[in-house]
Amino acid sequence: MKLPFAGAIDCDLHPAVPDVAALMPYLDDFWREHLTERYIDHSPFVLASYAQNLPQSARADWRPKQGVPGADLAALRRDALDAFGTRFAIANVLHGAVALYNADMAAALCRAVNSWIAHAWLDREPRLRASILVPTQDIELAVAEIERCAPDPRFVQVLLLVMGDRPLGHRSFWPIYRAAEKHRLPIGIHAGSTFRHAPTGSGWPSYHLEDSVLQAAAFEDTLVSFLAEGVLQKFPGTKLVLMESGFAWLPTLLWRTNRSWRGVRTEVPWIDRAPAEIVRDHVRFTLQPLDVPNGDVLNRIIDHVRSDELILFSTDYPHWQFDGEDALPEGLSEAMLRKILIDNPLATYPRLRAAADADQPVPMREEMAR
Amino acid sequence: MNKPVPESETRAAQRLGFVDCDIHPVQRSPKDLYPYLEPRWREHSETFGGHLCQGLSGQLSFPRMMASGMRADAYPSNGGPPGCDLELMQRQHLDLNGCDTGMMVCLSRGGMEERNLEFGAALAHAVNDWQIHDWVKKDRRLKAGIVVPQEYPEFAVREIDARAEESEAFRQVIISPRSSEPLGRRKYWPIYEAIARNNLVLGLHPAGNPGGHPSSGTGWGTYYMQEHYTFGTSISGNVVSLITEGVFERFPNLKVALIESGFSWAPSLGWRMDKQWAHMRKETPHLKRPPSEYLRQHFWFCTQPMEEPEEPAHLYDVLDWIGWDRMMFSSDYPHWDFDDPRQALSFAMTEAQRAGILRDNARALYRLA
Repeated sequence: MKLPFAGAIDCDLHPAVPDVAALMPYLDDFWREHLTERYIDHSPFVLASYAQNLPQSARADWRPKQGVPGADLAALRRDALDAFGTRFAIANVLHGAVALYNADMAAALCRAVNSWIAHAWLDREPRLRASILVPTQDIELAVAEIERCAPDPRFVQVLLLVMGDRPLGHRSFWPIYRAAEKHRLPIGIHAGSTFRHAPTGSGWPSYHLEDSVLQAAAFEDTLVSFLAEGVLQKFPGTKLVLMESGFAWLPTLLWRTNRSWRGVRTEVPWIDRAPAEIVRDHVRFTLQPLDVPNGDVLNRIIDHVRSDELILFSTDYPHWQFDGEDALPEGLSEAMLRKILIDNPLATYPRLRAAADADQPVPMREEMAR
Repeated sequence: MNKPVPESETRAAQRLGFVDCDIHPVQRSPKDLYPYLEPRWREHSETFGGHLCQGLSGQLSFPRMMASGMRADAYPSNGGPPGCDLELMQRQHLDLNGCDTGMMVCLSRGGMEERNLEFGAALAHAVNDWQIHDWVKKDRRLKAGIVVPQEYPEFAVREIDARAEESEAFRQVIISPRSSEPLGRRKYWPIYEAIARNNLVLGLHPAGNPGGHPSSGTGWGTYYMQEHYTFGTSISGNVVSLITEGVFERFPNLKVALIESGFSWAPSLGWRMDKQWAHMRKETPHLKRPPSEYLRQHFWFCTQPMEEPEEPAHLYDVLDWIGWDRMMFSSDYPHWDFDDPRQALSFAMTEAQRAGILRDNARALYRLA
């Protein structure tokens, strides 16, 4: 169904970097020359998980006649912000920098992407906010990028891909979570893989369809990693937002981890209460792609997880998850819709809450330049 | 007057008569297999031993929790690991709980994860002999699963045909879900053809030893708690592969039993597959129906480890979505997370639903008398 009222908060949409040329103003002389010399200044830097031709990478009526889907601010305004009456929207730029092996190149490109989104998009569109893209290839560089961007209140979370070198709860990532907690930035974990490992425990599947479906399993294993490693005890201010994760698998995870915790708690003594309670306190999920057949089933799933605070509205623009303006399933109560569209996002993102309370666009901070 | 009634007496009085779809017999030592191994492979076993895809020799890289993952009371008094002693298994489980039929799933030394293919084949052949001579012939309640190394389809096909011919005690074929490729890939199709040809069932059970890939697309976890969770996700990845590759269009009679793999994930997997497929179906023109229909038609699920929702009634939704005719009781004897047939099905259901899970569904799938 269509959104019943204006003022929704879209927690996952995807502006795209049109080409490397767009990033050049935000790269220093060394990297400008380096990329040019290696002839990779015209390379796409597009993640394989979101290769541009794939049907799900852009809805047909949102796909531009030429160029990269999501690269045009006017189109995003018209199709994603105006069309849904959006009050705030969080831009997650899924740039290929995060899949490189060279940590310095990745860090330079992440820096450029974050500066580009701030200048080319956030400065021009007050409804937009953005996530901080970080180079997890080098945790110190990732933390430095968080510190560089955090003073700009329009950056509202840290962005990670669900499949990388190792499960994201691992201690090697903890400096990222420490920095994010300090700045009250949720950790947004988005679908997608750098393909450091096969997508399944038994190797490489044949089809794109499988890669898409298997994202859900990666989110499950990632969430179990956060639980088992005790990240949410170590950094109790952390909020995790799983994006394009699906939601219908969550009851299974809560039930299985509640049960297995009773058997393994001596191995993970820092888990001080039932995993389901920890998840309900710390973890949120964006709505699209909706992985239930209808709103009735979604209501059952919400009942199973015993919380109506976990789902955050998203359109996933320009990815193809629904047709027309029917971004919501039928059959949810008015109260539930209000939670999904407005209350839950505001409760998840302190910086959105502050902006909503101030009820005015947040001005650009000078520290962010370059 | 205050003398307690022995549990064996109270239990015998209310005999359940169930099919247990997951029982794990094991060799007391590698020497148990020697009568069934050629001298060349006995010598190989002693000189070189197993050659697996992991960093530790002679133990699992994610050590299990309690008593090496076993029921502590299942260790035989005369030595050896739990599951090596038929008499104890009878006393402690088959007789005590009133088990009509026990489906044996042999996980160790079956050659499924062995890198040396010929050694793996010799081990599988020996374990299949051992199941018949050391177990089935001594207790007719027990049924066997033909163990074959999935990475050696040529041998697997010969072994499946020969065992199906040899004994009707073999009711299914066991391969490792920690394969080198997802199980739907063409490489494994000759195995499915042999299974379908012989009216057997494909049985998948999580494997302790990896097959060359991390347990998850996110990489290796740190704790057994994580590894334990991947028992479900590593199976569901193979379910996606079997369906997406069109295995069930090619072998419409193929039936798959998912053992100790969980089950509450199945409905959401079906919904997710259908949703993605609707947008990408041109990639898989060989699929004639939505993926969830293959899931509903070709897969059976075992109960252990029983899902435990915070509100038990929620399980009812899940079984409605999966189909009550697709659930089969399993105990996982003698492993530590053993489910008691009297307690595992404690949530409200009809007598017909209970009978289906306890025996009728497994009888129909495995063609048991």
